[in-house]
Amino acid sequence: MAGTPNAFQRANALVGRATQRVYALTMNAFGLVMEPAQKLLGVRRMAYLFVLPNLLVFGIFILFPMLLNVYFAMTEGGNLFPQDRPFVGAANFERLYTCTDYGDPNTCLEDRFWRAARNTGVFVFFQVSGMVLVSLITSMVLNRKIVARGFFRSVYFYPVLLSPVVVALIWKWILQRDGVLNAILIALGLDPINFMLDGTWAMTWVILVSIWAHMGFYTLILLAGLQSIPNELYDAGAIDGTSTLQAFRHITLPLLMPTMMVVLVLSLIRAVQMFDEVFVLTGGGPGSATMLMVQYIYMTGFGTQNPRFGMAAAASVTLGAVLLVATLIQLRLGQGSERHLA
Amino acid sequence: MSTRFRLPILLALTLGLLLGSAFAQVELRMTWYDDGAEGVVMRELLDRFEAANPDVKVIMDTVPYSSGILESLPLQLAAGEGPDIARVTNLGGLSQYFLDLRPYLEDAAYWDANFGPFLDWMRPAGSDAIPGFMTQLTVTGPFVNKTLFDQAGIAVPEGGTWQEWAAVTRQVAEATGTPFAMVMDRTGHRLAGPAISQGAQFLDADGKIVVDDPGMRAMMQLMIDWHADGTMVPDVWIGSAGSYAAGNEFFVNGQVVLYMSGSWQVGQFTNLIGDAFDWVVVPNPCGPAACTGMPGGAGVVALAETEHPAEVARVMEFLAQEEQLAEFYGRSLFIPGHLGLAESGVTFATENPLTGAALTAFSQQVPLLHPIAYAMQAYPYNFVVFNAIRDRLTQVFVGELTLDQALERIQADIDEALRESGAN
Amino acid sequence: MSAVARFLTRRQHEGPGRGRARRWSVADVLTYGYLIAGVLVMFGPVAWLVLSSFKTQANLLEFPPTLLPLAQDTAVVDGHPEPLPLFDVVQDDGSTVRLAQVRRIGLVAQMVDPVNPDEVLRVPIERRTPVRNFRLATENYIESFGRFNFATYLRNSVIVTIGATLITLIINSMAAFALSKYRFRGRNAIFLVIIATLMIPISVILVPVYLVITQVGWINSLWGVIIPGAATPTGVFLLRQYMLTIPDELLDSGRIDGASEWRIYWQIVLPLAAPALAVLAIFSVMWRWNDFLWPLIVLTRSEFFTLQVGLNAFQGELNVQWHYVLAMTVLTLLPITVVFSLLQRFITTGIASTGVKG
Repeated sequence: MAGTPNAFQRANALVGRATQRVYALTMNAFGLVMEPAQKLLGVRRMAYLFVLPNLLVFGIFILFPMLLNVYFAMTEGGNLFPQDRPFVGAANFERLYTCTDYGDPNTCLEDRFWRAARNTGVFVFFQVSGMVLVSLITSMVLNRKIVARGFFRSVYFYPVLLSPVVVALIWKWILQRDGVLNAILIALGLDPINFMLDGTWAMTWVILVSIWAHMGFYTLILLAGLQSIPNELYDAGAIDGTSTLQAFRHITLPLLMPTMMVVLVLSLIRAVQMFDEVFVLTGGGPGSATMLMVQYIYMTGFGTQNPRFGMAAAASVTLGAVLLVATLIQLRLGQGSERHLA
Repeated sequence: MSTRFRLPILLALTLGLLLGSAFAQVELRMTWYDDGAEGVVMRELLDRFEAANPDVKVIMDTVPYSSGILESLPLQLAAGEGPDIARVTNLGGLSQYFLDLRPYLEDAAYWDANFGPFLDWMRPAGSDAIPGFMTQLTVTGPFVNKTLFDQAGIAVPEGGTWQEWAAVTRQVAEATGTPFAMVMDRTGHRLAGPAISQGAQFLDADGKIVVDDPGMRAMMQLMIDWHADGTMVPDVWIGSAGSYAAGNEFFVNGQVVLYMSGSWQVGQFTNLIGDAFDWVVVPNPCGPAACTGMPGGAGVVALAETEHPAEVARVMEFLAQEEQLAEFYGRSLFIPGHLGLAESGVTFATENPLTGAALTAFSQQVPLLHPIAYAMQAYPYNFVVFNAIRDRLTQVFVGELTLDQALERIQADIDEALRESGAN
Repeated sequence: MSAVARFLTRRQHEGPGRGRARRWSVADVLTYGYLIAGVLVMFGPVAWLVLSSFKTQANLLEFPPTLLPLAQDTAVVDGHPEPLPLFDVVQDDGSTVRLAQVRRIGLVAQMVDPVNPDEVLRVPIERRTPVRNFRLATENYIESFGRFNFATYLRNSVIVTIGATLITLIINSMAAFALSKYRFRGRNAIFLVIIATLMIPISVILVPVYLVITQVGWINSLWGVIIPGAATPTGVFLLRQYMLTIPDELLDSGRIDGASEWRIYWQIVLPLAAPALAVLAIFSVMWRWNDFLWPLIVLTRSEFFTLQVGLNAFQGELNVQWHYVLAMTVLTLLPITVVFSLLQRFITTGIASTGVKG
């Protein structure tokens, strides 16, 4: 390795220097504004200037729309501009929450909303538990002494990079009536199944496909958590005659817990927000068997010829409130793990 | 440092301004979708227009029918961000966004004379606005895979009820090992013709939508039975949710005997099926009340938000000329939406005898269309009705609703949508 | 059961002595079985997509599908300008002859012997079987290139991805710097608001964001896709948590040397936060490259389509023509696959080491 640098190393160094030059130049250019500003504002108030760009974008494109959304939820009609929308107070929410029996969507005025809520519940429960389980097993396998670990790690991570549209198209092609999966079933002497026409099968595949697409990400996080467990602990355990199962329960699990929490919460958030893959894969069907919450909002406000912006907004305010509560719980739980992470 | 950069920018700006004013050109956007390959013909017509009018340039944005025309375009229009011209099928529902070309046209009388009855579809009742012209008039009706009938040794029936057609197509499917007997596009519009044939009324004496009647129930029950017993391809209605879906894939691939669609498929079938099998258009099957399909069509309309209404009118006036439209209809294999051309006839650019026969068969359907079918096509909120029927009926197929619940929901969906859009 | 447990708990670094004397235990078999199954499950679907994309339309319609792309052989026959498809035809005496088909009418095919093209034979269609051989249908790619404006979409995707990632990195890191290294009034409020919105996906506030974008005039502008997502709460959170670990003394010594706050930010803090920045950059590239719903709404003119939007439009337009859709899907996933295979070690270790902080 030492000795004269080869062409690749020279090129690499060259690119590195060029990047640094560009970086310094750009930052100096920004400095032309920032340094006089510091003279004007003083060191302390520079903080505001640093927060400003992010805050502006955040305020205009996230915070303001959120507030506007709350207003939308209290108006109705097909007009897009708030000033043209008649104010109806809580009418949308009342309609949304009117059910004679909350266990049966058919008794609700907005039955689709409650179907979507129920589907989301089922999806989140099975997807998140499946995700955590599969990622945990995979990360533990990858943590063993194996050849080509880097390769296998990449294999599991690869689908994470694929776009939801591509993921959905790949699986649509496999799962369709005349797809390869049915050919395999027939070859095994089984009956072919039209997966996308049966509510339970469609939901099962939606869950499996989303696990397929995202497990690599959580596997990597868990793998990092596993690798941070000092080997000495296991060695000490081995001396004490601890069985492998005991080692798992008493050493691995407790030490991995903070990382597991992170994985759990992250996958939970993602699962509640799930939209693109399912939308392209099943469109929410059959019937409304795989219509999730975000899709209900999308379909009510966008993907329709007679959009009901008010109802969509009311539903998204509801979802937002649920997510907010979830975030607060996460913060509560995260207080311990944050210390660990930092 | 900064001055060094400023000079080239200034130069570029000035240059850009100079060039811009020298070649002041109005750029118009046309949102388009393709049933077959008619976009190519339209582009040629536009090229011809641009050659004669160097000051106007028309850019076509070809988008998918379902997500682009049905879903995205209405939102763009509501936000005032739409194109200048668009090809749409929801003529009544979007009419509030259309531009009245009348003040800009040189010869408005030509439009009234040739597009009169269709203009009523795209403007509010009582208005005399001229928003655009029809790229095609459509009639819904069934396509039949004749080769499969031949192979089964069964003659293609002439006439007959929907029940009889279901029975005979099932026989053919069984005899030939074809997976399915029938398929219908996933839209309430396609269902409406057969429903009217069964006696569905749709509109009551006050012009209000009433869905639940014996005719509609009968048709829905047929659909439910056909989906339950495997007569119909389940993928199209059950396999998609909340949006339009076409059944053409199954027909083109020879997986179904009868395909309930409409005249706009003719061009596409000519290209895609080739000589894989023989396909024919048969008259709409009957019910107790009628043997009707639905009229319909797509129109190219000018949009009111345009900044260049005069230029838009020039483009539209050019495209609507008898000569241009004759070429467009003829090469696209579309039924003319132009009264003069309908009278004189259009020469269809095809050597395929199947294509000519299919277009003739569809033309023969026009006099058979029921008055309710015309009334529903002219009803400005027809898409609300059709969408509600489509989505709720699908829920019955998968067992989420009973037929009674579905009918109740359809009526409630329609009432709520009309109430919110201020139509009632 | 205990084998499974041992398999799950075996660690990466076992004692050196044991490592040398290893033999194939049950756990090893399970491990490699799992890994190989993993390769099949993770790569299999993508490989099947790639294989399928090289099949002709007719080959795609077959059921059960063939593993490898097969295409019908054709022959150029005198008197016919186009090459004609070849079939093996069973004759009345049971022998087989290879004929070219001119056309098919109903149940009868008109066929010619390529050697003797003048004599037209009428053959019942069930007597013929197509002659096929392995061939990659590269025309799927070539023809769909004509319809699918791949270069434009690729350019737009690259602009959006790179532009958005750079902007995200700069404004997020500036905000994180202020939130982690300064005490100022409103700091906690800002941080709380950012945390609270951590979980709200843009998809639930589509309508109002769309409205804001129209007012700014960014419909059908790449800015409309780049900017709204740039102030990611996740990014600010991740960077802030990381910057908290940078000792304040480093900043103070910089100040003593007379460096301005801006200089401290870019010369001291940013280089130290490089691992976290790298992770955010990876995230951002992934998010932006694969972003679908938002661009779908903002970009309605084809010259601004990103790859994902273009692909969706393409599959909507050509629902009968899977051979084009599959080819374009492969082209869409190609760039990110190439980038990943070059940088995979960096990406996976990067996320593994810092991704925990999301």
